[in-house]
Amino acid sequence: MNISEPIRLLLFLAGIMAFVGFNAAYLVWVERKGAARFQRRPGPTEVGFAGLLQPIADALKLLSKQVIVPPTSDAILFRLAPVLVMSPALMCLAVIPFGETLVARNINIGLVMVFAFGSINVMAIMLGGWASRNKYAVISAARVVSQDVAYEIPMLLVVITLLMVTGTMDLNQIVRQQAGWFWHWNLFKLTANPLMPVTFVIFYICMLAETNRAPFDMAEAESELVAGAFTEYAGMGFGVFFMAEYANIVVGCSVATVLFLGGWQSPIGVWSGPWWFLLKMYFLVFSVIWIRWTFPRTQFYGLLNLSWKILIPVSLFTLVLSSIMLKLF
Amino acid sequence: MSIPSFIPHEKMSDETFVLNLGPQHPATHGVLRVKLTMDGEYIARAEPVPGYIHRMHEKMGENRTYAQFLPNTSRIDYLSAMHYTHAFVGAVERAARITVPPRAEYVRVITSELNRISSHLVWFGAFLLDLGGFTPLLYAFDDREKILDLLEGITGSRLTYCYYRFGGLYNDVDADFLKGTRDFTAYMRPRLDMYRALVTDNIILRKRLESIGPISAEMCRKYGATGPVIRGSGVAYDVRRIEPYSVYPEFQFDIPVYPEGDCMARYLVRMEEIVQSLRIIDQALDQLPEGPVMAEKVPRVIKLPPGDYCYAVEAARGRFAVRIVSDNKDIPYRVKLRAPSFSNLSLYEEASQGMMLPDALALMGSLDLVIPDIDR
Amino acid sequence: MSVSLEELIARLSRLCPPEASPASSEGPAPAESPAAPAVALAPAPAVTNGCRLVDYAAKGYHLDAIVPPDKVVEAARLLDEAGFGLDAVTGVDWLAQEQMEVVYDYFHPSASWRVAVRCRLPRQTPEVATISTVFPGANWHERETHDFFGIQFVGHPDLSPFLLPEDADYHPLRKDFVA
Repeated sequence: MNISEPIRLLLFLAGIMAFVGFNAAYLVWVERKGAARFQRRPGPTEVGFAGLLQPIADALKLLSKQVIVPPTSDAILFRLAPVLVMSPALMCLAVIPFGETLVARNINIGLVMVFAFGSINVMAIMLGGWASRNKYAVISAARVVSQDVAYEIPMLLVVITLLMVTGTMDLNQIVRQQAGWFWHWNLFKLTANPLMPVTFVIFYICMLAETNRAPFDMAEAESELVAGAFTEYAGMGFGVFFMAEYANIVVGCSVATVLFLGGWQSPIGVWSGPWWFLLKMYFLVFSVIWIRWTFPRTQFYGLLNLSWKILIPVSLFTLVLSSIMLKLF
Repeated sequence: MSIPSFIPHEKMSDETFVLNLGPQHPATHGVLRVKLTMDGEYIARAEPVPGYIHRMHEKMGENRTYAQFLPNTSRIDYLSAMHYTHAFVGAVERAARITVPPRAEYVRVITSELNRISSHLVWFGAFLLDLGGFTPLLYAFDDREKILDLLEGITGSRLTYCYYRFGGLYNDVDADFLKGTRDFTAYMRPRLDMYRALVTDNIILRKRLESIGPISAEMCRKYGATGPVIRGSGVAYDVRRIEPYSVYPEFQFDIPVYPEGDCMARYLVRMEEIVQSLRIIDQALDQLPEGPVMAEKVPRVIKLPPGDYCYAVEAARGRFAVRIVSDNKDIPYRVKLRAPSFSNLSLYEEASQGMMLPDALALMGSLDLVIPDIDR
Repeated sequence: MSVSLEELIARLSRLCPPEASPASSEGPAPAESPAAPAVALAPAPAVTNGCRLVDYAAKGYHLDAIVPPDKVVEAARLLDEAGFGLDAVTGVDWLAQEQMEVVYDYFHPSASWRVAVRCRLPRQTPEVATISTVFPGANWHERETHDFFGIQFVGHPDLSPFLLPEDADYHPLRKDFVA
C-alpha cells in the first residue's frame, strides 16, 4: 500500500459516498422486503430478481420528476435543506473505523466529530420544514427541534460515561480496547460500570429518536402531519431526505457498534476484520427496521417526558456511578 | 418538566392559527374536513366540515320504489352494509306486516354479525394505522378477507351487499357457507388472542390510548352518540338488547361495557364485540332451522299503508334507524336515514378541545367514522 | 328512567292541549274532524296535538307526542330530565297541506323506550325554536334539516349550509324542489 495520502483520501471518500448511496438504496429494499415479511406479504418482486432493482427504478422515477419549489417558500433554504441533511452523514462516516486500517481519516477526536456533525441533521430538517412555509411542515420542524434537543442530552451523557471507561476519543483506539472475546466489549464491561447494558439501551433509544425513526418518528408522522417537514418536497428533494434517513441510521448504528459492540473485533477473539463490523452494524440496522414495523408511534409529550423524566436521570446516574467506580477501582 | 397532554381553553394563548385537516388527509379516512384552530400543537377548536361526499340518499329515496331504493342503503356505510339493508328491509316489513321465515332471520343474524366483525377488523387496522402501527392492518385485512369470501359466496358482492329482501333473503345459504363460517369462528378466536398479546397489551399503545379523549355517558346522551362510543362510556346501550329485532332475543351474548370513556375503552369494546359476535354466530349456526328463506305472498309492488314507520338496528358504528313516511304509493313519501357516524362525530368539537393533535386524531379514530355515513 | 312512564306521558300531554279544544294558536292541526281524514289529497293521517302510545311492533316507536311548535323546547327539556338522548331531528314536507313537519326522535340509553315528538309548522314561514340549547347534539341535526327543508331554527348558532355546498340556496327535500 504505497499510494500517496491525497489519493488514498480521495479513494476513501469516493468509497464512502458509494457505500452511503448503496446503503441508502438497498436499505430501502431491505426495509420494504422486511416490512412485507412482517406483514405476511411478498413485498417488491417485479423489478429484477426478488425486486432487487426496485431501488434503482425508484431513484430513476424520483430523478425524472420535477423538483417543485413552492412559490411561497424560502427558495434558498428550501433547496439547501436536502444538501445539508445528507452531507453530515458522509462526514461522520469518514472517521468510522470499518476495519483496523480501513478508515478514511483516523483523528484522535473522532467521537467529537461524529456528534458535532450528527446534530446538523436536525438543523437541516428544521430548515426544510421552516422554509416550506407549510403548517404541517412547521409543526414538524418544531417537533424535530424539541425532540432532538431532548434526546441529545441523554445521548451525550451516555457517551461521557463511555469516555470515562475508555479514556480516549479515538474511535480506532476504542475498538482496539475491546479486543478478545465478546465479554471484552464495552457493552459487557461490568467491572467498569455495572450499568453498561443500560447505557447501551439508552444510547439505542436516543439513536432511534435522533434519526426520527418509529416509534419516535414525530417529524414524519404521516397519519398526523401528512409527511411532516417533507410535505412540500417533490422528486429528488424528497428522495434525498429519504436517503438521508437511511444514511443516518447507518451512521448511528456504526457508532453504536464501535462504542459498544467492539467494532471490527471478532466476538470469539480470532478472524477480526471489517466483516464483523458490517455484520454487527447491519444487525442493529435490521433491529431498527424491525422496531418500526412492530410498534405504534408514541405521543409527542410522552416522548419528551420519557427523555426528561427517565432517560436523563438514569444517564446522569450511570455517569455518577461510572466516576465513582473509576475513583474506587 | 412535564408536557401536559391537555390544556384547558382558558389557558390558551391568543396566537392561534387555522389548520385544515382534510378533505384529503391520511387520518380522516375519506373526505372529511376538520377546521382546526390550533394553539401550537394544542387544539383550541375543532370544527368538522362534512358534506364532501354528500349524495342525498334521502332524496333518492323519494323518487324510486322501495325495491329500487334497497341497493342505496348498502352504500351509505359501505363497511356495514348488511345492517343498513336490514334496517330498511325491516322498516318495510314492519309497515307491510310481512312475517319473515325463521331460517331467513337466522341467516340475517349470521351475516349481520359476520359483517360486524369485518367492519371492526377494518377499524382495528385503520385505527392502528392512525396511531402509526402499520403491521396490524395487514393482519386484520387478512382475516377480513375470509369473511368477504364467505359473504361473496352467498351474496355475490364483497362490500355493498343487497342480500336481504323484503320478506326474507335473496337466496338460501349453501353448505359451503355454513362450513366456512364454522371454520372461521374456530380460526378467529386464536387470532384475537394473538392481537391481544401483540397489540392490545403493548405499552406504547396503552400509553397512547388510556385516559385520552374521555367522553362521558352524559355527553353521549346529549349528542346521541351510540354504539361502541356510548358502550365505552359505561352505558350498556345496544339496540340488539334494548329494542330487540330479528331473532336476537334467542341468543346469549354479553354487551361489553367499559366505564372509562377513553379511547382505550372504545378500543376494548370493539375487540370484545368481535368475540361476542363469534358467540352469536356459533349459536345461530347450531340453531339454524330448515325451511324457506322467503316469505310467501310478498307483493311484487310494495305499497305501504299511510303513516310513519321506524326500524332501528345496531350497526357496527351504532344505532342506525330508518324512518319511512308513506302516503300509500309505491314510492316512499319520505325516507329518513339516521346514521350513527353523524351523531358520533357531532361530539368531536366538544370532546377534542384542548387536546394535542395526535391525541385528537386518536380520538377521531376511536369514533370509527365512515364518511359516506356522515354525509349520506 | 328517572321518571316513570306514566309521569312522562302525563307531562308530555300537558304540553299538548286536549284534543277536544281547537289546537294551539298557531293552528297546525287541520280544522276538519279527526274521524274523516281526506285521504286522496292529504295523505297524511289527520294531525291533532296530543301524546299517545303507539304499537311498537307496528310503528317502531312507543310514544308519539304531537306538540304545538312553541312547546318543542319544553318537550325536549322534559325528555332530557327523564334521561332521554337525542336520536335525530328531521322534517317532512306536507305540500298538499301547506305544512312542514319537524320530527324529533329520542332514545333512552337504558330503558326500551322510543319517543317521537312532532310539530307542524306553516309551510310559508317554517320557524321553530332550536333545541340545541337543551341537546347540543341537535345543532348538527337542525343544520341538516335547515339544509334540506329550509326550516328556520330560531336561536340556532349557525344555520349555514352543512351537507350541501356552501353556496347552496335551495332546499332539496322540499316537494316542490326541481333539480
